[in-house]
Amino acid sequence: MSDNAIPMPSRRALLGATGRTLSVSALAMVTGSGIAGISSAHAADPSQDVDILNAAIALEYEGIAAYQIAATSGLLQPAVVEIGVTFQGHHKGHRDILVKAVETLGGTPVTEKPLEEYAAGLNVASLRNQEDVLRLALRLEQGAANAYLGLIPSLGVNFHQVAGQMAGDEAFHAAILANALGEPIPKAALIFG
Amino acid sequence: MKFRLSIALCILAAFFFGTAFAGPAQQSSPQDARRMPTGDSVVPDTVSQALLERGEKLYVRRCGGCHSLDRNRTGPRHRGVYGRKAGSVADFRYSKALQLLNLIWTAETLDRWLENPAAVARGTSMGFRLGKADERKAVIAYLKSLSDTAERQGKN
Ligand code: HEC
Repeated sequence: MSDNAIPMPSRRALLGATGRTLSVSALAMVTGSGIAGISSAHAADPSQDVDILNAAIALEYEGIAAYQIAATSGLLQPAVVEIGVTFQGHHKGHRDILVKAVETLGGTPVTEKPLEEYAAGLNVASLRNQEDVLRLALRLEQGAANAYLGLIPSLGVNFHQVAGQMAGDEAFHAAILANALGEPIPKAALIFG
Repeated sequence: MKFRLSIALCILAAFFFGTAFAGPAQQSSPQDARRMPTGDSVVPDTVSQALLERGEKLYVRRCGGCHSLDRNRTGPRHRGVYGRKAGSVADFRYSKALQLLNLIWTAETLDRWLENPAAVARGTSMGFRLGKADERKAVIAYLKSLSDTAERQGKN
């Protein structure tokens, strides 16, 4: 990537370059934070945590499906597919962590719906080109980053850090996508939440 | 002397045009709206339009991870939710908590819900909170405007 990130590089240059630098896995960091301490230490209602975490799992499944649909749509350049698959890997990582957390709390994790249901929910039939796909992905990632931040006050304290980490991953995705789309950098602080 | 005068004119011109151009932008933020002239020179619709626009933007950014207007996703679809009974989108699988919630979504109930959903319906699967009262107000105004439109179109 160009060493000065502020002036927008061309979309193609940006996408080509980031595709190669994204291989560092944020997952290792996220999983490293560990589920072990999560189970019983907090006083908040664990069954309420299960319900909320299950909604987060549903959101991650939708994200995984969205990148799947995008990657197989034939609308994306190969370098963009590569980025999408990497982002999808992060969402799978989130799902695995959340599923484990729900199980640790004694709950039943929600399961994946058929791909067509996600496709209908996201109205993917309206996508015509790469830019449409990137805009949808950006909206979903922004929404996901904000969703995690808004869940924090409802979650038991042991989930605060991991929810923050997931929000961070989604914000990272959103930044890459916004840059690829040539969106201006937000001027005000507190971009999310 | 002449040189000074032209500088002064330039400054004056910049000031004049600067304020002239700032005019339309004043309607875009609530802070600026407060600085707008008061009395009957204010078009009431302009202010509520700004609120609706803010509400829509907030809706897309904050709720859009889980909700859409016309399609069920992680959360139920929202068009027409204002004025509707809680838990009544037929093809959405609500939690028990929301199925049993005997409540109509109004400005007041939505405000409490968005501030802390579990305080309204213990056991709900919506954990997302919108902590700022002014943001809740904007989002609720936006949802209400969609119900108004749905009614006018005979959809509700
Ligand atoms: C993390 C995902 C998530 C986010 C973000 C989210 N919601 Fe929800 N919402 C849900 C879920 C899941 C339900 C269903 C709750 C249940 O069945 O207990 C729901 C239900 C609702 C309902 C009840 C609808 C009905 O038909 O009775 C309203 C109203 C609502 N949400 C508004 C909002 C608004 C407004 C925002 C943004 C400010 C928002 N939600 C953000 C997941 C979310």
